[in-house]
Amino acid sequence: MKAVKYLAIILVTFVIIAGIAIPMVLQPQSLLEFPIIPGLEDKARNIFFHVPVAWTSVLGFLVALFYGFKYLRTKNLDYDIKSVSSAGLGMMFCLLATMTGSIWAKFNWGSFWNWDPRETSIFILLLIYGAYFALRSALGSDEVRARLSAVYAILAGLTAPFFIFIMPRIVGGLHPGAKGDASGSTPVAQLHMPPNMRIVFFAGLIGFSLFFIWLLNVRIRAARVEHQLSIKDH
Amino acid sequence: MNSIASTWAVVVKDVRSELRTRYALNALLMFVITSVATILFALREDELNPEILSGMFWVVIFFTAMSGLSRIFVSEEERGTTLTLQLVASPSVVYFGKLIFNCGLTLLLSSAVTVLYVVVFPAFVIKSALIFGLTVFLGSLGFASAATIIAAVIAKANTKGTLYPVLSFPILIPLLMTVMKSTARALDGELFTAALGEFQILVSYLLVMTAGSYLLFDYVWKE
Repeated sequence: MKAVKYLAIILVTFVIIAGIAIPMVLQPQSLLEFPIIPGLEDKARNIFFHVPVAWTSVLGFLVALFYGFKYLRTKNLDYDIKSVSSAGLGMMFCLLATMTGSIWAKFNWGSFWNWDPRETSIFILLLIYGAYFALRSALGSDEVRARLSAVYAILAGLTAPFFIFIMPRIVGGLHPGAKGDASGSTPVAQLHMPPNMRIVFFAGLIGFSLFFIWLLNVRIRAARVEHQLSIKDH
Repeated sequence: MNSIASTWAVVVKDVRSELRTRYALNALLMFVITSVATILFALREDELNPEILSGMFWVVIFFTAMSGLSRIFVSEEERGTTLTLQLVASPSVVYFGKLIFNCGLTLLLSSAVTVLYVVVFPAFVIKSALIFGLTVFLGSLGFASAATIIAAVIAKANTKGTLYPVLSFPILIPLLMTVMKSTARALDGELFTAALGEFQILVSYLLVMTAGSYLLFDYVWKE
């Protein structure tokens, strides 16, 4: 876990420095110059942060789902601790993705919120996280809470294909890859980036994922201690 | 007893106990009337276009369903009959029995809302009856399917009433968006082939939800 921690720190620091400091010029000559994308200009730098954060919020949900599933198979409460820790982190990243995206949308598309399919999807992911924690707080015993919240996470996960594959095709959108995009509508937008931007972008994706894994590890350990203490109290 | 007969027995039991008190039926009917009346008060003389009306149509159905469909499991919990049901019937029998009851209730509810809308909103003219009928039918079944499993989940929770719409809404959004679009097509009088895409989504939603709930119900139902 130490290696993950230091790698995450190095990668995220690299992304912050490279993503913000590398100048944007009309005719990039060296590796240390990004091209200017018409219409985006310096706002394009947000892609190094917004996309990894949005990806991590989905990752958090998938990990919570995975451990919820494992809990149902084994009835081992430790999996529930892992599941809820991941969901909490995912919710934080989901809020960050909503905020970075909303600010970007204001300056590029003119308003903070446009109900574009991807905005709708992240809004629903937020609602799912909210509902998940509302459900957890309304259930009494540890065992029932773990069981029912795992079931709810799986049910919510079942609707994900409708948002990822179907909705972007039927509703026109502003994000790349939406219906009406010249480069084709696909669930995952194609990257049109020069190699040096691509390096920073993927460093961001990997860096934020590792950052998530490290934070998850810390949270799980803290939650285990809290669980042990609550058992001792009774 | 084979499983079809016992599923039917669960449905009959629920219909009987519902007819004894008529709690859900009365509550749903009054809810429909109040919410439509509120919309009418808000509108006064304004004429709405079909696009908005088709949205409002499903808003009324959503909130009405959220006020009544959870009864199916909450009432078992309140009467303390959950354990008995667990003893006498297998989980899948209970699930499908409750699902069929809720499907019937939702179909009844959406037809009541349809009649009321046609009567009170002059702009609500169903130009394509086939699209409208199929949308309401498939939409109601999908609605009941998602609502039934969520009802089973919240039956154990402390704050059942408020939690139900909160948990159901994210799960129902794909369905709501599709039925609203398809109802707008029916009011516009579009050709049946134009709405085929929506029907594909509705059928796949119904299948995914029912299969998923069937697989997960064991974990919800068994202590």
